[in-house]
Amino acid sequence: MAQTQTQTYDEMWGPLSQAQSMGGMEQSQSQGPRPPYAAYQRWYDGEDPARLKRKQREAEEIFRLTGITFNVYGQKEAAERLIPFDIVPRIIAGSEWQRLSRGIEQRVRAINAFLHDIYHRQEIVKAGRLPAEMIARNEAFLPQMIGVEPPGGIYTHIVGIDLVRTGDDEFYVLEDNARTPSGVSYMLENRETMLRMFPELFSRNKVKRVSNYPQNLHRSLAACAPQTCDGPPVVGVLTPGIYNSAYYEHAFLADKMGVELVEGSDLRVVNGKIAMRTTQGFRPVDVLYRRIDDDFIDPLNFRPDSALGVPGIFDVYRAGGITIANAPGTGIADDKAIYSYMPDIVEFYTGEKPLLNNVPTWRCSDPDSLRYVLDNLPDLVVKEVHGSGGYGMLIGPTATKKEIALFRKKLEAKPAGYIAQPTLSLSTCPIMTKAGLAPRHVDLRPFVLVSPQGVNITPGGLTRVALKKGSLVVNSSQGGGTKDTWVLEE
Amino acid sequence: MLGKTAGGLYWMFRYLERAENTARLVDAGQRLALTRSGADGEWDSVLQTAAAYGSYSAKYDEVGRDDAIDWLLRDRENPSSVISTMEAARLNAKLVRTALTREVWESVNEAWLHLQDLLARRVSERDLPEVLSRIRQRTALVRGALHGTMLRNDIYDFARVGTFCERADSTARILDVKYYVLLPSASAVGSSLDNMQWDSILASNSAEGGFRMVFGQEPRPREIAQFLILDRRMPRSLAFCIGKIRDNLGYLAQDYDMRLPCHDMAEGLALQYLSREVDEIFDRGLHEFLQTFLVDLGALGRQVEIDFRFTE
Repeated sequence: MAQTQTQTYDEMWGPLSQAQSMGGMEQSQSQGPRPPYAAYQRWYDGEDPARLKRKQREAEEIFRLTGITFNVYGQKEAAERLIPFDIVPRIIAGSEWQRLSRGIEQRVRAINAFLHDIYHRQEIVKAGRLPAEMIARNEAFLPQMIGVEPPGGIYTHIVGIDLVRTGDDEFYVLEDNARTPSGVSYMLENRETMLRMFPELFSRNKVKRVSNYPQNLHRSLAACAPQTCDGPPVVGVLTPGIYNSAYYEHAFLADKMGVELVEGSDLRVVNGKIAMRTTQGFRPVDVLYRRIDDDFIDPLNFRPDSALGVPGIFDVYRAGGITIANAPGTGIADDKAIYSYMPDIVEFYTGEKPLLNNVPTWRCSDPDSLRYVLDNLPDLVVKEVHGSGGYGMLIGPTATKKEIALFRKKLEAKPAGYIAQPTLSLSTCPIMTKAGLAPRHVDLRPFVLVSPQGVNITPGGLTRVALKKGSLVVNSSQGGGTKDTWVLEE
Repeated sequence: MLGKTAGGLYWMFRYLERAENTARLVDAGQRLALTRSGADGEWDSVLQTAAAYGSYSAKYDEVGRDDAIDWLLRDRENPSSVISTMEAARLNAKLVRTALTREVWESVNEAWLHLQDLLARRVSERDLPEVLSRIRQRTALVRGALHGTMLRNDIYDFARVGTFCERADSTARILDVKYYVLLPSASAVGSSLDNMQWDSILASNSAEGGFRMVFGQEPRPREIAQFLILDRRMPRSLAFCIGKIRDNLGYLAQDYDMRLPCHDMAEGLALQYLSREVDEIFDRGLHEFLQTFLVDLGALGRQVEIDFRFTE
């Protein structure tokens, strides 16, 4: 676990020495791959490398023509870019997945119970398991949500927990992503692309399907419709618009669910309901899967300068006239300072030991922790408490002296804005390179749906991969790629 | 359907049609300039027809072949250039992504990617024919995908109304910029100069072949006007376009079970302009006819936007 560790866990070949993981994989191949990769490897050995390289280019062409792009912030004219796709699937055994999904479900249930509690009686604070200031002085806490009952009692309808693997049965949660997790369209398109390019692989491997995610999402959202809704619930996807970095995904999900993709300007309050402007007049909406941040959903109740939201929607919400998914105020649950309390939170609400590991975390707001972090910067990962997307973080082991010195100043200026964690040795998976297969670090974001009917986890999720040799940063905004993720039927 | 989506479809197809028409105008202009000496004035009328003369003059001091072509094909400062309209078409397609089949979306996206490459730098005279035919091919592919894969529902109707509003507008402007060469009073009837101009009018509408099929080899101005204004077989004639607009608005009235002001306006347009003989049009004045038609067509377009709540 510590940065000094010399072995990396490779998901195809098992533990690799540092030399192997940096160089080739040849040495370990004599003992054969781990069982989930056995059929894949037999297929791979029979393939012509030139054909595979062609396939890699073909995959890129498919993505380009389909227009599966994301906009990169901070680049001129919000340039549209493709996320690189790697044609080697990441393969997880059915039994591994079963254990993993139990841990995910436990964590998601705990998060929902936690959210309900902190916006109501705050038992966890009264019990002394969470300091009151962690909530009261937290920017992600939304006082307007105090006492609000979300329809169906669900706060986080869609969760995308970021996991990393460090060993055979060792998974760590990096982030809980309980606000508006993105990436599910890549999970679905990656699978479509693989089915189109390598049908024969799917005859040789029994891979659990992911394609019913949009139906499950629709069912799950509809099941959370407000009580005032009679008749089949009308669902909509609320997007900030075509210039948003994840617009492609918003359109994709609306399309696959067969629902309208709306912007704030399409909506208004009509007779205590939210209604959308159609060619035939205003029609009520019951459930909004919103991909707009809390701050922006209602200029009357939150940021007055927001042009993205719907004036008055929060009042309709409080009165039970609309379901907003995810509920406003869920950010408190994936806040990086709260994160360090997750083992306590899971135990407090489920009465069980947490099944997934939490990464040990130093909160820099605490003077002792800060001192430790400042003394050990080259060995630690330091993140902004409210940051995301891999922006504004320091990865000690790969940073230059200058970068560390610069970061030290930022940290000293505002310690409460940061947390620090040891560098995990992320597992690797093979990717296709010019020289054949080579290991690269990966993470995993499974997608979880929560409704009063239960918790639904799509087998697999989005695997992000750091394409640069040795790199630990998998974020697409920082040059990471994605892979198709297979969970095998047993 | 969302009003915004209806608007996005309408404008997506108006812009696609506009890109195609502009390419066709450049083609006709270039052909005339090549086959006739001293036809430099041709680029004036091409710019006027494309409603780009004013904006062009703001940037350039005089009208020249290369600058005119560049302005019409690839200048992003010109909102009606092929590159600008293709970009606008794709942005609208993105906006209405959920209303389009995968084939239609991909054909627009590919067209845009392709034309971006094609128009990345000034187009040389040598490459011009190829570039122009590519533009037409790409827009034709989108139209083909629309016909082959989309449901015949309100989505399709808005796409079609946008297409034919733009096309009627374009045909009327092509005629209007050169109406004088069609007038009987033009003394040089039958002269080679007029023949050139007549050919150019037909070519700007991709109508030479169709015209020959119907009227034979020798174009006469009255027949050209008849063909482009009143002939219901000619897919770019005003009568054809207005007929299509009326039909598609009619399907919307049925679908939605409501009759709106735009329906009456479309009927009125057909009645007022297209239920007469070509002689009558000439007697009353071709130029005036076209001018008032363009005004009323514009009003119909705006009424469609209001009736179907394209915007707030």
